[in-house]
Amino acid sequence: MGPEVLRDLTFRIEPHSFQFLTGPSGAGKTSLLRLLFLSLKPTRGLITQFGHDVATLSKDAVATLRRRIGIVFQDFRLLDHMSTYENVALPLRVMGRPEDSYREEVIELLNWVGLGERIWALPPVLSGGEKQRAAIARAVIARPQLLLADEPTGNVDPTLGQRLLRLFIELNKSGTSVVIATHDIALMDQYDARRLVLHDGRLHIYD
Amino acid sequence: MSETVRSDFTPVPRVSAVPQPRYETPLVPRNSIAGRALVAVVAIMTFLASLTTGGVILVSKAASEWQSDVSHEMTVQIIPASGRDTDADVAKATAVVKNFPGIADVQAYTREQSAKLLEPWLGSGLTLDELPVPRLIVVKVARGAAPDLPQLRNDLTQQVPGAVLDDHRGWIDRMRTMSGTAIAIGVTILVLMIAATILSVTFATRGAMATNKTVIEVLHFVGAKNRFIAENFQRHFLLLGLEGGAIGGGAAVALFALAAGLSRWFGSTAGGEQTTALFGSFAIGIGGYVAVLFQVFLIAGVTAFTSRHTVNSTLEMID
Repeated sequence: MGPEVLRDLTFRIEPHSFQFLTGPSGAGKTSLLRLLFLSLKPTRGLITQFGHDVATLSKDAVATLRRRIGIVFQDFRLLDHMSTYENVALPLRVMGRPEDSYREEVIELLNWVGLGERIWALPPVLSGGEKQRAAIARAVIARPQLLLADEPTGNVDPTLGQRLLRLFIELNKSGTSVVIATHDIALMDQYDARRLVLHDGRLHIYD
Repeated sequence: MSETVRSDFTPVPRVSAVPQPRYETPLVPRNSIAGRALVAVVAIMTFLASLTTGGVILVSKAASEWQSDVSHEMTVQIIPASGRDTDADVAKATAVVKNFPGIADVQAYTREQSAKLLEPWLGSGLTLDELPVPRLIVVKVARGAAPDLPQLRNDLTQQVPGAVLDDHRGWIDRMRTMSGTAIAIGVTILVLMIAATILSVTFATRGAMATNKTVIEVLHFVGAKNRFIAENFQRHFLLLGLEGGAIGGGAAVALFALAAGLSRWFGSTAGGEQTTALFGSFAIGIGGYVAVLFQVFLIAGVTAFTSRHTVNSTLEMID
């Protein structure tokens, strides 16, 4: 077992809250996000998600819990054989909703993130910024209770970055708790929110 | 769902060659290179396994036909001796055998028929009187009967000195050993072939699955349950397996049908008759076709099972 990346972390993400998770590269931002997304298990300690101790959850229960969490990966993780529309609609499809019940919602969101003209394009022909927006749209389409985003504005220009931040703020206002991992100071300065700063494996909270 | 019912939405194309709207593309990509390679592997292995099965069936059918033909026949030879009337001996031996219990039919070869038998070797215009050629009586045993052969042999020797009864026992024993060995070798090859098929299909499926790891991860991250993911992959790989199996099994069936047709066509020639006598009609019969079909489903099932197993272990790793 390697060295402990994160230790002695105690914090709570309140419902309807908005926070930035920041810190230098390699501080463990992505690891913390993965812990929150239940794709990594802590070597010790307790994580409670939506009132459940995650260590005691069955695989199916973890899958059900994940439907309440949206995540934007740094490397997007889009499926290359599916159109932008299908990638964004994937969480709804997995839930078993019929396609015609969510079509308008998905197209509206794609228009909102500026991908209205790229609906049927496949990811390999999308630019980095377009992939980023598609990944964000996929994370928010099912109106998750918690949104985790890993460097969501890393590949877009400042104007689009602001637009995406507005999307996260709107989503937060409608009830979603948001955690954005970033080291983009300019982005954090645009919105007054709680900051969780990781440094040397420890967490410093600035409300 | 067809596009006509979706006329309420018209995507705005960016360029004229924009891709067509796609609403519910299968979650597992259909036409990946690894998928096509898997179809090819399944097709080739199914074809080879089907050929082996067909070969085993042909040999076993031919061997059992030889055995049943030979074991229902016996031969009485009348060896000419000086001072004896061979024709009278033949008639007497025929009568003895005919009246013996368990005998269905007795046919003595006439002088002319015996000469005809030897014609290919000794030429035409042969007079048997000049040669001490034994005369043959073909005896057919009644179906299900077991005549007392030592008694028959005894009766013949007493009444017709120089008569020899050949029940082909030695020939049948050698035949049984030979066909048993051929079938055992065939079955061993078949078992090895099926094992090789299962192994190569398993590895090819794993290879194809490796290219789909991202799909598994993404589905997992958007909240798909393991069963949902495994079912999608299993369905996809079952279809790939069936496609490959149908190609390989279909090619083998076509080859067997062609061989059966050709053997019927050549059956009337002298070479054809000998080939038919040795190998049967090259027809694997309904049982053979069912065995090939079974193999196709078995191999498709193995492909689907392997994919499910691989998905589950990939999901375990992600967890």
